Amino acid sequence: MKFSDAARPQLSDHRSRRRRRQAGAEARARRAEAAAGLPDWERLREAGAAIRERTLRDLGTHLEELEVSVIEEDGRVHWARDAAEAKRIITSLVGGETDVGLVRSDVTDEIGLKSRETGPYTKAAVVGAGFLVAETGTLVVADPGESLTFPGTLIAVAGIEDTVPAWSDLEVLLQLLPRSAVGRRMHPAVSFRTGGFDLVLLDNGRTRVLADETGRSALRCIHCSACSDVCPIYERTGPRPYGPGRAGPIGAVLTPQLRGVEAPLEASLPFASTLCGACADVCPVKIDIPGLLVHLRGEVVESRRNRPVPAPELLLMRGLAWSMGDRRRYEHTLMSRARWARLLARDGRIRRLPGLFGKWTDARDLPAPPRQSFRAWWRRRR
Amino acid sequence: MRIAVFVTCWGDALFPETGKAMVRLLERLGHEVIFEPSQTCCGQMHWTTGYRPEAIRLARGFAEVFDDHELVVTPSASCAATVRTAYPRMDPALAGLPVYELTEFLVDVLGVVDVGASYPHRVTYHPTCQSLRTLGLADRPLRLLREVRNLELAELPMAEECCGFGGAFSMKNADTSVAMVADKIARIRETGADAVCATDDSCLAHIGGALSRLRSGVRAVHIAEILASEAGEAPGAEQAGERLAERAMRTRPPEAR
Repeated sequence: MKFSDAARPQLSDHRSRRRRRQAGAEARARRAEAAAGLPDWERLREAGAAIRERTLRDLGTHLEELEVSVIEEDGRVHWARDAAEAKRIITSLVGGETDVGLVRSDVTDEIGLKSRETGPYTKAAVVGAGFLVAETGTLVVADPGESLTFPGTLIAVAGIEDTVPAWSDLEVLLQLLPRSAVGRRMHPAVSFRTGGFDLVLLDNGRTRVLADETGRSALRCIHCSACSDVCPIYERTGPRPYGPGRAGPIGAVLTPQLRGVEAPLEASLPFASTLCGACADVCPVKIDIPGLLVHLRGEVVESRRNRPVPAPELLLMRGLAWSMGDRRRYEHTLMSRARWARLLARDGRIRRLPGLFGKWTDARDLPAPPRQSFRAWWRRRR
Repeated sequence: MRIAVFVTCWGDALFPETGKAMVRLLERLGHEVIFEPSQTCCGQMHWTTGYRPEAIRLARGFAEVFDDHELVVTPSASCAATVRTAYPRMDPALAGLPVYELTEFLVDVLGVVDVGASYPHRVTYHPTCQSLRTLGLADRPLRLLREVRNLELAELPMAEECCGFGGAFSMKNADTSVAMVADKIARIRETGADAVCATDDSCLAHIGGALSRLRSGVRAVHIAEILASEAGEAPGAEQAGERLAERAMRTRPPEAR
């Protein structure tokens, strides 16, 4: 389903909207205070962005190092091409054990693992990783209340991009993450575990994202959700219209990249933004989300350009570009369209427009174009 | 100073008062204003909607028109932002065009904040997203507004929140867009202002269009119109005069216009 259609019922849910507006305002205030508490917050963001960008550029090397380190510490590494393969690997690792605990993360959501608390009789646990430090093979989870001292079978699940080359890099990211995620200087608990676990590394479209030099910066994401906290669209629609992947602005750029832009949801996600830029302003690793959205809009338009029957929008935009391409065509279009528009107006306002522009006049007037355009005024004036 | 103006396609057709006000203001400040009649559109709409090749063609056309000019001023923050940040992404050869948004030009290039304006209304200011975040205009428009005689400036609560326009977003996601502008309008009404102003007629068309549909009695006005207003002008007199002129023109054939 398209984002706009999925958003409609959410917009009518007044209770959720009030709750999100309140929560958003509180999160924004907390985050701003936490960031202001650091005099070099902007430099820290720069450093975080540089670390993530460097990691992604050389991800293959870092992943090999991570694999070697995990195996050296008595762990095992499993590579999963997609969500189904990751699930199969996890099922075989828990070996028929039914009481399996789960510490959820964006990646465990991505492969569709359902949440279940670890109880006293739990024999196996699946943990969504925060980060994996390549140099020592260490699993890092920044999540309150859970420790990684679990004695049974421990399975860590992570996206391949959750790799961090060195502890010196992790130090920077662990300053950025809690301030951006929960508006605090530190997470209440950050757990580490080196060795003795099974690591499932998930691709699920990520290598495709990495291949796109512009698009790959979306994989810098450290899963703080600050972009959602400041997003005026997310605040009104909530997470559901973003589909089964990540919600909020980062979802709008990641989901179409991971899953391709052909299906209606994925093709609509890059347009689920006013490009207001609030997300880019707070992103701790400086992902240029509006820039990526524009890039992906281009991908969507290109993917549809050669359809046998061109979409009305394509015809309109092509026609407009042609009209604007030269002064005489432009002036002619300006005159004729303005004349048509004036015919539709009453008392200086247009209340109903036909075709694609009808969506505008559903809720907004448009002023009637004045009889004299600027250029006509200029000509008469001279 | 010789200043070329880019009035924008949107402004040329729908909001000519903004361009006229900008011209009057710059001339009042003692500068020579040039309007290149071959100007059309900067390509913003095509670029942000994903029509890259079309946008790039329009951008090249824009660069050609303004190639010989040392200073280009536009009353649209989003068009200025397109030239400044999108053009270099389209083609590195398009980087560095000297295009300024009007308030930025007044404060940073001309170094004026008091432009001798008078506007006897209670006004609130909405910082548009492109002016606030892409151009970083900060309080420049407010500094200009504070010097306007007889203007009562009302602070807009949650001013930095987007109005929900977003170009094609306003139609592709019309429901969410309306939900956003409804909240923006609620904030505007809280201020008790007669008018809301901004540095961009596209956002103002959205806010103003919703204010008009609701018959709110609050007007959306471009900041250029406020800065161009002078004492002694009866408020609204000019518009009334133009309306009369317009009515007179209706009897003449379109070729004569």
